[in-house]
Amino acid sequence: MARKRVINKAKGNILFLAGAAIVAFFVFVAVFAPLIATHDPAHIDFNSVLLPPSSVYYFGTDELGRDIFSRVVYGTRISLFVGFVAVGISVMIGTVLGLISGYFGGFTDMIVMRFVDIMLCFPSFFLILAVIAFLNPSVFNVMAVIGLTSWMGVTRLVRAEVMSVRTRDYITAARIQGISTAKILFKHIFPNVFTPIFITATLGIAGAILTESALSFLGLGVQPPVPSWGNILTAGKDNILFAWWLSFFPGIAIFITVLGYNLLGEGLRDVLDPKE
Amino acid sequence: MLRYIAKRLAGMIPLFIGITLISFVVIHLAPGDPAQFIASMNPKLSETAYQKFVKMYELDKPVLERYINWLGKFARFDFGESFSQDGKTVMEKIKERLPVTIWLNVAGMVLIFLFALPLGVLSAYYKDSLFDKGVTVFVFAGFAMPTFWLALLCMYYFGVVKGWFPISGLRSFNYDYLSTFGKIADIAKHTFMPVVISVFGGLAGISRFARNSMLDVLKEEYVTAARARGLNESRVVFTHALKNALLPVVTIIGLSVPGLIGGSVIFESIFSIPGMGQLFYQSVMMRDYPVVMGVLVIGAMLTLAGNLIADIAYAAVDPRIRYGSKKSN
Repeated sequence: MARKRVINKAKGNILFLAGAAIVAFFVFVAVFAPLIATHDPAHIDFNSVLLPPSSVYYFGTDELGRDIFSRVVYGTRISLFVGFVAVGISVMIGTVLGLISGYFGGFTDMIVMRFVDIMLCFPSFFLILAVIAFLNPSVFNVMAVIGLTSWMGVTRLVRAEVMSVRTRDYITAARIQGISTAKILFKHIFPNVFTPIFITATLGIAGAILTESALSFLGLGVQPPVPSWGNILTAGKDNILFAWWLSFFPGIAIFITVLGYNLLGEGLRDVLDPKE
Repeated sequence: MLRYIAKRLAGMIPLFIGITLISFVVIHLAPGDPAQFIASMNPKLSETAYQKFVKMYELDKPVLERYINWLGKFARFDFGESFSQDGKTVMEKIKERLPVTIWLNVAGMVLIFLFALPLGVLSAYYKDSLFDKGVTVFVFAGFAMPTFWLALLCMYYFGVVKGWFPISGLRSFNYDYLSTFGKIADIAKHTFMPVVISVFGGLAGISRFARNSMLDVLKEEYVTAARARGLNESRVVFTHALKNALLPVVTIIGLSVPGLIGGSVIFESIFSIPGMGQLFYQSVMMRDYPVVMGVLVIGAMLTLAGNLIADIAYAAVDPRIRYGSKKSN
C-alpha cells in the first residue's frame, strides 16, 4: 500500500494537522493531569470563594473555592474517557450489526435495518435522559447509554460497504475454500470497512464529548465532586451574574476539543480517501 | 399522491410498534423492588406512587399480557397520571407544554433554512473563494459549539450586561395587560435568544449539506448543456441547478427533527421556557416515570410526523418519487 503517499498527503493537509495537534494536546493534558494541575481539584477552601483569574488561580475559583484550572485539567480525563469508551461501544455494536446485515442480506438485513429506523425515531437526547432517569447518573451509565444510542450510523455505513464488496471474486473464492463465515466477515470483509469506521469513530468522539458535557451540565451526567467540563458549567450557570470565568473556561475547553476531533476526522477523510 | 401518502403511512406501522417495544423495554429499567424504587425517587413521593406505577404498567402481570395491555393504552395516548401532587394526567401535562415546543422548533427550522440555503448554495458556487473558506470555518465552529454554553454566554452578555433581552420565561409579568400586538412582541422578545441559538446550532449541518448537494448538481451535464445553450449564468444557477440541488435538502427536514426536539430539553431548561423539553427535564429529575414515558413516546411520534412531512414534501417536488417508486422501500 502507498503508505508514503498517505504520509505525504497528511503532511500537506491543514485540517488533519490542526486536528491532530489539538487532540494530541488534550491527550497529553489528560495523561499528565496530576503534573499540570496547580491545586488539588477537589480541595475546598472557603477563604478563596469565587476569585477571578489570577497568577495563583489561572482560571479563578468556584463557589466552594476550588481551583477551576485544576478542575478543567482533570475534566480532560473524563471527557476523553467517556468519548473513547462510548464510541468504542457504538462502533462495536454498529460494526457487528452492519457486517451481519450487509453480508446475509434478505430477512436478517430487513430486521436489522428496521431496528435502525426505529432507534432513529427517538430523539436521542430524550432516550438518553429517559434511561438515565431510570438508572441514575454515573460515569459508567453515561458512557454505556451514549454508546447504546449512537451506533446506527456505523451500522448503515458498514452495511453499505459490505454490500459493495460481498460479491467480489475474492470473497467467493474464500467461501469456496470452505472458510467459515465468521472468518470471512472479520478477516476478509472487515479490513475493507476499517477506514470509514475509523473516520466515523473520530467524528463520533466529538459528538460523545458534547453529549456528555450537556448531560453533566443538566446534572444528569458525571456527578460532582468528580470534575467534568459539563458540571463545572452548571456552577457557572448559577453564578453567571458575578463569575464569568466559571462558565468561560470549561466551555472553551469543550469547544476546542470537539473542534479538534472534527478537524481530525475530516482531515483523515481527505488523507485516507484512496480516490483522487 | 394520496396513494403515496397511504403507502408511507402503512410503512410507519412497524416503526410505531418498534417505538412501543423499545419504550416498553425502557420502563423495565425501573427499580423492581418498592423500597429501592421509592429511595431512587423524589422523597416527597411515597408507597402510593409506587402502587400507582405498578398498577399503571401492571408490573405484577406476565410480560406479554402487560405489553398488549400497554399497547392498547398507548394507542389511546393514555399514559396514566403524573406522580406529582397536582394529580394531572400525563396527557394533560404534555398538551399544556407541546404548543410552545412546536412553535419554537418550527420557527427555528424556518430560520435555519432561510439562512442555511443561501450560505450553502453561494459557497458551492464560489467554491474555494474567501467566502467559501469563511463559511467553512463558520461550519466547523458551529459543529463544535456546545449550544448550552453559547446560550449561557449570550444570556450573560445580551441579557445581563446589555439588558436587551429577558433571560428567562416566555412572558413578562404584565403580559395580561398588553395589547394583542404587545403580547406577540413580548413572546417574540422572550423567544428570540433561544431560537437564534438553536438556529446557530442547526445552521452548520444544513448549509454544509446544501453546499455538497449544489456542488454535485453543478457538475451535471444538464448544467453544462444549459451553459452551452448560451443561457445567462443567473438563469443556469437559479432555475436549472438550484431546483435540483434543493431536492435532497428537503429530506434533511425529517432527519433534523429528532435533533431539534432533543435540543429543546437544553434550551427550555436554560431559558426556563415552559415547553415539553422543560417538562421532560423536570420529570427526569423528579423520577416522574409516567411523564418521562409519555414525553419519550410523544417525542418519537413527532419525529415520525416530521419524517412523513418530509417524505410528502419530497414527493410533491419530485415526481420521480411519486410515480416511479422502484427504489422505495
